[in-house]
Amino acid sequence: MIDVDDLSVTFGHGPAAVHAVRRVSFHVANGESFGLVGESGSGKSTVLRALSGLNPNWRGHMAVTGQALGRRRDKAFYKQVQMVFQDPYSSLHPRHTIDRILAEPIAIHRLGEADRRIAEALEAVGLGSQFRYRYPHQLSGGQRQRVAVARALILEPKVLLLDEPTSALDVSVQAEVLNLLRRLKTEQGLTYVLVSHNLSVVAHMCTRLAVMNHGAVVEELTVEQLRARAPTHPYTKQLLTASLGYDRAAIDRFEDFAANG
Amino acid sequence: MSTAVQDQRRSRHDWLLSDTPDSRTQARLGRAYLAWLSFRRNRLAMIGLIIVLAMVIIAALAPWLAQYNPTVPILRDRLQPASAAHWFGTDGLGRDIFSRVVYGTRLTLYVVLLVAAITAPVGLLIGTLSGYVGGWLDTVLMRITDVFLAFPKLILALAFVSALGPGIENAILAIAITSWPPYARIARAETITIRDSDFIAAVRLQGAGTARIVWSHVVPLCTSSLVVRVTLDMAGIILIAAGLGFLGLGAQPPLPEWGAMISSGRKFLLDQWWVATVPGIAIFVVSLGFNLLGDVLRDVLDPKSRDGA
Amino acid sequence: MSQQSLLEVEDLHVDFATPKGLVQAVRGVSFSLGREKLGVVGESGSGKSVTGRAILKLVRPPGHVRAKRLAFDGIDLQGCDERAMRTVRGKRISMVMQEPKFSLNPVMTVGAQIAEAYRVHGQASAADTKRRALEMLQAVRIRDPERVYAAYPHEVSGGMGQRIMIAMMLIPNPDLLIADEPTSALDVTVQLQVLAILDDLVSQRGMGLIFISHDLSLVASFCDRVMIMYGGRVMEVCDAKHLNEARHPYTRGLLNCLPRIEAGGPDGGADLPVLRRDPAWLEQGL
Repeated sequence: MIDVDDLSVTFGHGPAAVHAVRRVSFHVANGESFGLVGESGSGKSTVLRALSGLNPNWRGHMAVTGQALGRRRDKAFYKQVQMVFQDPYSSLHPRHTIDRILAEPIAIHRLGEADRRIAEALEAVGLGSQFRYRYPHQLSGGQRQRVAVARALILEPKVLLLDEPTSALDVSVQAEVLNLLRRLKTEQGLTYVLVSHNLSVVAHMCTRLAVMNHGAVVEELTVEQLRARAPTHPYTKQLLTASLGYDRAAIDRFEDFAANG
Repeated sequence: MSTAVQDQRRSRHDWLLSDTPDSRTQARLGRAYLAWLSFRRNRLAMIGLIIVLAMVIIAALAPWLAQYNPTVPILRDRLQPASAAHWFGTDGLGRDIFSRVVYGTRLTLYVVLLVAAITAPVGLLIGTLSGYVGGWLDTVLMRITDVFLAFPKLILALAFVSALGPGIENAILAIAITSWPPYARIARAETITIRDSDFIAAVRLQGAGTARIVWSHVVPLCTSSLVVRVTLDMAGIILIAAGLGFLGLGAQPPLPEWGAMISSGRKFLLDQWWVATVPGIAIFVVSLGFNLLGDVLRDVLDPKSRDGA
Repeated sequence: MSQQSLLEVEDLHVDFATPKGLVQAVRGVSFSLGREKLGVVGESGSGKSVTGRAILKLVRPPGHVRAKRLAFDGIDLQGCDERAMRTVRGKRISMVMQEPKFSLNPVMTVGAQIAEAYRVHGQASAADTKRRALEMLQAVRIRDPERVYAAYPHEVSGGMGQRIMIAMMLIPNPDLLIADEPTSALDVTVQLQVLAILDDLVSQRGMGLIFISHDLSLVASFCDRVMIMYGGRVMEVCDAKHLNEARHPYTRGLLNCLPRIEAGGPDGGADLPVLRRDPAWLEQGL
């Protein structure tokens, strides 16, 4: 479904250039849920932005459903691939009602039947019709993320790119949103690429994952392997240890995995 | 106040502030009402608003408020001090100053509204396009803006009016030409802040084109700062118009333009001080009104300071 | 560690008068703290941050603080005026906040800020101050303290910024440190490294620590006792190592809804149990 080969993204030029993504390759099958894990600066969000077309300055090869992607994307692409952003407080236009936010993609793609689609989208994400004419600031973080998911799904895409969708949410709200995402995936047969710094979230949502550090993929493994505590790369092992909680002795053994070349 | 009226007010208040609006209009009215509530709390704002509203009402009702014809000279009544017949006295040609000031509000409003109507959209369009599209378009538009910003407003207005010829329409045009650059700057600055937001990214990811994004998404977020700036500038616009009038380059006689009235009243300043001073006070009050209004509009419209916005 | 009370809070209330009505951020919170690490856990809106600020009397109008008792080491904090509080803040009770970006002055070098924190609480020569500051930077495991001393806040990473904050806040040798989400903005490995530093310093100096966070599992593995807050009230207080035996349904709910690496998977695994909020919790706390 998604093929990424040798993707590189660089910001700036010359000696101040930042190699945010270095020759990253991964493949996601149709209907799969794939995780991209890393700490800040690992390049995982940049990969998503390049894949979605938000950042046109990349080198390498990317393809979705076999069709190679160029610098620009067309409307047909956006009907297939959508994205949910991290911060629920800035991913909805502050001056538009929820109704307007959901009506926009319908209008852009001239799908028609806006009323029905909006009502169905809200229902699918578990928001009642009383939310329809509210403004984003009148909604909680979790509710806003649901609207963001509704907006992404209103075009009936096949692929959903999720950029840390629950990092800014409270733990109890996170559980609700993650459950929602899983249910929607099963119901609509979606393919997910989930970016997160949280190994537990990725383990819960995905079947396979790639671990990134300083722009490069350090290791690719299945969630089974993760669960069996069988990662091979020391960075992944360290990340796994860190996600299990505060362990004074283990922390003393932490290393700094600097970028290599 | 009877309880029935109080109940009615309360239920309307509740309907407007309802958390679950049933329609787009209800939601929009609710937002406007909230803004009005916080506006009302500020006494200075109310003074500013009252002054501006009073000016509009006076301008509308001018023919009924003014007892004399503002342009026809009656020489035997010239330079009369304030009296029951002439509340502000008469000027050098015997015209009732009160009537002239009242009719002058129309001219002032005319100038101010036309200038705002021309400059604000132009500045907004240039600024948002410049900020959103960036690149060479941004550079070109901003250098053009710089050129206009480099000249002091009054001098540039003078130059234009001298080239175009005196008259109130030309004065308006000249003032408009010199007033738009700051709005372009403001709009551009706001656009640059907004353009990297997630909600803009989200709508780009739906396939929206630049026009749609700028018009529906960027412009609504720039309007508050623009409205504030325009309101605060109105006082300055009134003064420039008055300045041009004073120099004889704005409204031509016998139009009761306040600046021109001050100019013609100069000669009598020592003995018949009211001829020049009264229009001066009018300019002062109206400028103050707009300034107060603008100050508070800024506090009200700034989303960070408003509750829940 | 001594269980003699360092801080006693009894029936703390913090209210905010807003245009939309009275917001009760903290509603009757009581706890006592010895020279130990107490974790205060809650979701957003639980009142945990406001509690921390109220102890240091950092809540400004329209916020209003009242308590039956608010005592630190025998000193009645409620009776202290602003001048008296200034001798307590920093010198006896310190606070570290979430974002070093926002708590460090961007136009002063790191060294100057640490030195200022030191000098504010006592006279010292310039040379002495610098020496103490460098010592402090070393204590927070900054490898080249001289370079960092001369650097500006924007030149250091987030993790280092937090370590600098800790150095600044601990240089006057306070007895109690209130840390409000000190590591939430940091990466997981850096988070733990910063916590390790905090752990060592707090134990070495016999300090008390109030660790405010939304991360229940982190707090449970780091602190000695955990206090769970919801809706401005305390739901439960228990020993960190007995957290799994917690009885309050809110605590259990929070524990259960955390995704775990061990459990399930996307296709076979169960949904995360959802926390059902009982409105009764808002009425009764501890």
